[in-house]
Amino acid sequence: MSDLVLETRNLVKHFPLTRGIVFKKQYGAVRAVDGVNLELRRGETLGIVGESGCGKSTLARMLVGLEKPTSGDLFVQGKNMSKVGAEERRRGRRNIQLVMQDPYTSLNPRMTVGDIIGEPFEVHPDVVPKGQRRAKVQELLELVGLNPDHINRYPHQFSGGQRQRIGIARALALNPEIILCDEPVSALDVSIQAQVINLLEKLQNELGLSYIFIAHDLSVVRHIADRVAVMYLGKVVEIGTEDEIYESPTHPYTQALLSAVPVPDPKLRGLRDQIVLTGDVPSPANPPSGCRFRTRCWKAQDICAEQEPLLQIRDKSGHPSACHFAEVRDVVHATE
Amino acid sequence: MTDVNVKMDALAGVDPNALPLQVKNLQVEFRTRNGIAHAVNGVSFDLRAGETRAILGESGCGKSVTAQAIMGILDSPPGFVTGGEILYRGVDLLKLPESERRKVRANRIAMIFQDALSALNPVFTVGFQLAELFRKHRGMSRQDSKARAIELLDLVKIPAAKQRVNDYPHQFSGGMRQRVMIAMALALDPEVLIADEPTTALDVTVQAQIMALLAELQQERNMGLVLITHDMGVVADVADRISVMYAGRVIEEAGVDEIYASPAHPYTKGLLESIPRLDLKGQELSAIKGLPPALTNIPPGCAFNPRCRYAQEVCRKDPAPTLFQVSPSRTAACHFWKEVKGDE
Repeated sequence: MSDLVLETRNLVKHFPLTRGIVFKKQYGAVRAVDGVNLELRRGETLGIVGESGCGKSTLARMLVGLEKPTSGDLFVQGKNMSKVGAEERRRGRRNIQLVMQDPYTSLNPRMTVGDIIGEPFEVHPDVVPKGQRRAKVQELLELVGLNPDHINRYPHQFSGGQRQRIGIARALALNPEIILCDEPVSALDVSIQAQVINLLEKLQNELGLSYIFIAHDLSVVRHIADRVAVMYLGKVVEIGTEDEIYESPTHPYTQALLSAVPVPDPKLRGLRDQIVLTGDVPSPANPPSGCRFRTRCWKAQDICAEQEPLLQIRDKSGHPSACHFAEVRDVVHATE
Repeated sequence: MTDVNVKMDALAGVDPNALPLQVKNLQVEFRTRNGIAHAVNGVSFDLRAGETRAILGESGCGKSVTAQAIMGILDSPPGFVTGGEILYRGVDLLKLPESERRKVRANRIAMIFQDALSALNPVFTVGFQLAELFRKHRGMSRQDSKARAIELLDLVKIPAAKQRVNDYPHQFSGGMRQRVMIAMALALDPEVLIADEPTTALDVTVQAQIMALLAELQQERNMGLVLITHDMGVVADVADRISVMYAGRVIEEAGVDEIYASPAHPYTKGLLESIPRLDLKGQELSAIKGLPPALTNIPPGCAFNPRCRYAQEVCRKDPAPTLFQVSPSRTAACHFWKEVKGDE
């Protein structure tokens, strides 16, 4: 086994659209995730960025097993999760845990913090023996920077940032290898965001975790990720190291996305090469033919409608991009 | 757009040379069962025509309440304006009866809300809601006002405005709904536009569209814009002047370049340092420790003192530091602004 901890091959999730109640008929499908190949190595952080509706969260739900893929394979530590038996799948899930976006709705208000963080041990009783669970929960609380004496408190007694720490402690309870963070800081204020990001980095260094970090805030992803995948309408359109994506993006969508991010430096006002896209993201129930971005792309030609561009290395920039006309464009100027 | 202005300015005492909006020492409190929450404790700022004033702050710092007080749409009770003045061209809006105030609202000072879906009425078409403004404020006929609504949708670049005017809010995407909100706010050609987190719910590419549209319309009409936000990137992009708020007070007020180059309040400095930046990749972000105070229980002295790395004994005692003049054009409410700012 290499140091590849997670791999997806052509992962697809279609949600059927049905009509009628008695004689249900499927007349279409929302192609939420449409063939995604990703690799995650040990100790690495893979950032996934994209706008709402691009399939990032559906992808996350499939990776942790909350959603069954329509087709495609998911390998966790070399084991194909769609082929193994139920018991082994259950054990495999232990290795990949989720930190959710909203710390207000993802914690049960009627459970104490100790019960919330200890609940994974009910499902996987062999991880920590019964007598030591309380001590383990307190250890986890301390690990995420909370007071271990607060074990009997309820979620409403904590602030947003602290609740997100509880969510992180719960994800760590089963000693997973992979933590999947689905927009972990977007519900938090800026000053609290930095605290949680620092915590995630500290935990990665101490425990050797691999992260999949899903976010729409591109500057946060840039800070934390080693590699970045850009998604649009259920497909990865560009993937590469953080430097490759941010310094030399080749897909027009990546370029537009990066150029749209406001830079917190008034000196750069008017100097940025801002690409303002027209229109909205098309419906994933009826995606455009060929390249899915062509309806909003300024480079689109006839070939874009006829032939779907594959995610492959196209020019000397050296990272895969799904555009027929991939070409480096410098859109983000370094902030000093 | 001449006839639009026919029925306006029945308001007495308006001085056309005075500033379009001046807020002086505004105080708002919420009387709740758990005690009085001091949401706004003496906020002052000026707005010139054509200027963009950003009000920057985290959730619960009183920025939206300030906007609601200016518009006169504060939930009352529990919210009460307990002091200060809100001057529109020299007229104190707080002293006007509701019937007079209604002439200002939407007419002279308009507002865009954060969540367009809940700000629009789901059971009326977008066209009806837009046209309503002209019927109520301008006494126009149904037909004329509908034509006006179509013009407005065109103005905010909604494609096929003629057809879309009959659509309901849920039939629009997030970005398009925000455009409808902007159209509604601009319908009566206001002099001041208050935008409360106009792009927070939107994706970055749509945010860029909306901000570009706002900037264009603002310039066309020489309109003053109060932009309420927590996004330091957006502020750096569009604002002329910034008021930073913390626990109901303005703690720093300056031009956009000054504040980003050398913040003079530790809170502003902390906020700027906690944004992930390229040159700090792989390093720990410098977070502000602790949490903002509860508004029912603001600490004595400077409200920021428990989280501040510059705090000394004097910061923990009342009265809270007032706004010190840092330079002719900027102020900061910190005893140690010289040290915070550094001497470059």
